[in-house]
Order: sequence, then C-alpha cells, then structure tokens
Amino acid sequence: MSEAVLLNHQRLSGRTMLSGFLTALTGGATILALAPLLSVAWLLVQKGAPQLSLSLFTQTTPPPLAEAGGIGNAIVGTGVMVGLASLIAVPIGLLAAIYLSEFGGGGQVANAVRFSARVLSGLPSIIAGVFAYALVVMAAKRFTPIAGGVALSLLMIPIVTLTGEQALRAVPNKLRDAALGLGATPTQTVWFVVLPTAFSSLATGVLLAVARAAGETAPLLFTALFSLNWLRGVWEPAPSLAVMIYQFSSSPYANQIELAWAGSLVLVGLVLILNIAGRLLARQPAH
Amino acid sequence: MSTAVLAPPPVLPLHTRAGTDPLINVDIRRIFYGSHLAVRDVSMTIPKRSVVALIGPSGCGKSTVLRCLNRMNDLIPGFRMEGSVRFGGVDLYDPRVDPVAVRRKIGMVFQQPNPFATTISRNVAFGLRRTHYNGRLAEKIETSLRSAALWDEVKDKLHTGALSLSGGQQQRLCIARAIAPDPEVILMDEPCSALDPIATAKIEELIRELKERYTIVVVTHNLQQARRISDWTGFLYTEPAKGGQTGYLVEYAPTNELFEKPKHDDTRDYLMGRFG
Repeated sequence: MSEAVLLNHQRLSGRTMLSGFLTALTGGATILALAPLLSVAWLLVQKGAPQLSLSLFTQTTPPPLAEAGGIGNAIVGTGVMVGLASLIAVPIGLLAAIYLSEFGGGGQVANAVRFSARVLSGLPSIIAGVFAYALVVMAAKRFTPIAGGVALSLLMIPIVTLTGEQALRAVPNKLRDAALGLGATPTQTVWFVVLPTAFSSLATGVLLAVARAAGETAPLLFTALFSLNWLRGVWEPAPSLAVMIYQFSSSPYANQIELAWAGSLVLVGLVLILNIAGRLLARQPAH
Repeated sequence: MSTAVLAPPPVLPLHTRAGTDPLINVDIRRIFYGSHLAVRDVSMTIPKRSVVALIGPSGCGKSTVLRCLNRMNDLIPGFRMEGSVRFGGVDLYDPRVDPVAVRRKIGMVFQQPNPFATTISRNVAFGLRRTHYNGRLAEKIETSLRSAALWDEVKDKLHTGALSLSGGQQQRLCIARAIAPDPEVILMDEPCSALDPIATAKIEELIRELKERYTIVVVTHNLQQARRISDWTGFLYTEPAKGGQTGYLVEYAPTNELFEKPKHDDTRDYLMGRFG
C-alpha cells in the first residue's frame, strides 16, 4: 500500500465514523444522566432561594393559614434524630467492620455478617420504619424521636460496616506486622495503628451514612411522626426536614408549599455538603 | 516487666558468656501451613550475642523459620509447628507462654521498611508506650536512635513525619524502634533487600555494632552479606528431587567454616552459584 493511500484524508473510514458516533452516544447519555440532577438543583434554587433568610432557620413551621414561619424546628429535629442514629450506628458499624477486617477473616460468621450487611443495605427504608415502630413505638405507646433515630440507625449500620471494612482492609499488612512484631497485642494494633491509619476513609463512610439518613422520610413517618413545634421532649412526636417536606408539599396553603421548597433546598444543600466533606476526607492520603 | 509475663516457666539467667553460650535452641521438626508441609528438620543453636545468618534459595522456608522464633507465624491461619524453640530454657511454644510477651523479648525488623504514618519520635516510642515504660521517654528515644546510627540525621526533626525519611533511614528507624523496648534478640527478615548499596552498607555496619548487646538472626539472599556480617550461617534448601516444596536445614556451621569447607554438596553448589 502506498503512502498516499495510507494518508488519504479524502473520506472518513468506517471505523472513524463508528468511533465518532459512539463517542457522541456516550456523551449524550452522560448529559441525559445529569439532566435530572441539574434540573432538580435548578428548580430548588429557583423556588427555594427566595425564602432563604435568618427567620427561616429560627422560627417554627407555621400551621395552616398562618403567615411566614420557618423550618428551624425541623432542622433541629433532623439533627437530633440523625445524631441519635449515629450514636447507635457508628459504634456498632465500626466494631462490626473491625471484626470483619481484623478478626473474623474468611470464617463463616464473618461471611454471614457481611452477607447480612449487604442485604440490610438494600433494605427498603419503610421497612426500617416498620421495625422501629414495632420495637419502640408499640412498646412506648407513643411517637418519639428515639424511634426515628433507631429507624435511621438501621439504614446507617450497613453503610458504616461495609465502607469501614473496606477502609480497614486498605491498611497495609506490613503496618500490622510492625506493631505485632514490637509486642503490641492485637487490640493495641487495631487501636493504635490500624484505626488511625484508616481514619480519613472511616470518616468518609460515616459521613456518607449520615447524608443517607438525613434525607430519609419513610422511616420517620410513623416513628417520630411530625410536629409544628420545637422538640420538647423525647416522648413527644418530633419534626424533621424530610417529613416536613412530605407534609407541606401536599398542603393546599401557599405559605407551607413555599417552606417545603426552602426545606428541600436546605436538605439537599446539607446532603451535598456532607458528600463533599466525605470526598475531601477520602482524598487525603491514608498513609 | 516482660520477663515476668513469661512466667510461670523459668527464665534463664542471662549472665552467660557471649558468642559461645546458647541463647536459643531451635528444634523444629515440621511446620505446616494447612496441609502443606513447608519446613522440616531445622535444628540449630543460636549463641548469645552473635549474628546468625539464614541463607538459601527463594521458597526454602528461611522467613518461615525466622518468624517461628518470635511466634509471628501464629497470626497466619493454618500455621502449625511440631518441635520446640527454647529461649533461655523456656519453650516459646509452651501453652503457658504469651506470644505477645515473646515478641517483646524477641523483636523484629522486616524486609520493607514499615514505619508508622506518624512522627519519628512516636515511631520509636511505640513499643515503649505499649509496655507502659516508666523511664524517661525522651532519653530512651535518643539512645535508641543513637544505637541505630540515626540520631545525627534526625535529631532536629524528631517531630516530623517518619515517611519523609529515605528508605535506608526508614529501615534504621525501624531498627531503633525494635531495640527501644530492650529486646534480647532482633530478627531481621532480609533487612537490606529494598535498599541501595550505600544504605545496605550502613545497615551491615549497624548489625555488627548491635552484636555487642543483642543477638541477631538475619535472613538474607545476599551470600556476601551473610559472610560479612555473621558468625554462624545456616543453609536451607528444598530437595528438587522430592518436589521441592519442603525446606530443611542442610548445614549449620560457623560462617567461615560453612563458606570455606561446606560439608554438603548442596551447600557447595549453592555457594558456587550453581543454582539460585
């Protein structure tokens, strides 16, 4: 074949055209995938941003027909319940992760725990609510933020466990050898070497779990219920951002609908910040 | 402290003559990983304050034998040993012996320098803190770093990260870390194989100095290194005729003797480079 034929630019070869077509296809699919996210974000900013003010964060959710008001009580409620869920889920999840990575090995118990965690991570969140309803609400005979926290913790435990196991497994074995070779006990090795080395990736997993829990509505619907007031006690129904959005968005009153938009923007912003913080932590070299 | 943990078995009085008196009597009959027979028949006596080198081709079980001396192999699932390793008269595999206490008496330096991702001083203090050392930590850190010939290079940056050191410095830091808790014996698993020749020369010189106070067992691929630094040398080999899966000790003798007048053909062939 002569050089002239090899370097012929007169017409595109079939392969070049196919390549161009496929590149355009993947690009188009990417845009399609991003479109819902961008349109949601745009809509939220458009509808929610005008309501952003100090009083939004300091006042309570208004009853029907009332003027103004805020979502301060819902933010506090979400914070309290997510905090409670973290208090339950982080120790359990981290201890399970330590067991899976450091002590369980490939044993049958470890495999069963790992499998359960994977199943649990796909658990429909309404089921977590039903579980907490049966466990706490039926026993206490009242709606309570404790039940909400328990329900959310059920969703967080598998995330913390599975991301935690990955984080601990990423710690090089030579560091464990070093510690054990210096006469550290297995517990000391985990506490003083493995956990500090994996700290940033463990924190990332916890933040992702918190972000997931903060946005959940279904587990709170019949555990914490809802309230228009500040959180007054642990045995009272508690407000939350997610349930507030659920209730107010189907309200016939313009004021409540506007607050639902504002609440959505705040919630998405919160989840976004948690995710970005998680990414930034993960980017730090673990070693 | 750590001698007390070895009790109830008796602990040998260590006021013995250096170089000739036995400190460790190895009598390993068989070592299994699961059903795989990895090593058989390793008997040798390691004299106090000497350097013992273990040489042999890859896969002959040198590291396995070394890691038996401070029970590091306990951590590998499926590991099983028949025989005994007597340290100062105490069988380290006696069920009453705590493997953690063994590792505090018999420290270890690994092939890859493995400092913790923290400061230089915290690395040296690691073993001391774990045993609740109640002397003056700063002094102990300095003497350990001096013993490891690293003090002059790091004295101004004790509180900076250990990972910023060069590979050779990291390995000397690991040696400082290993000697800080005052072990009796230091095991070194190919301590120079990840280092350049200059760093290697420093470590070798260090090993000769450390012999004054410690008993050192070193696994090496480098025959010349074994010859330069050791008093006794053990040659391990796998018999290719029998599948070459199981390592055993062919010959154990004073280093000069083993290199000058090997008793076994396999040893001679290996030393002459007939196989790797």
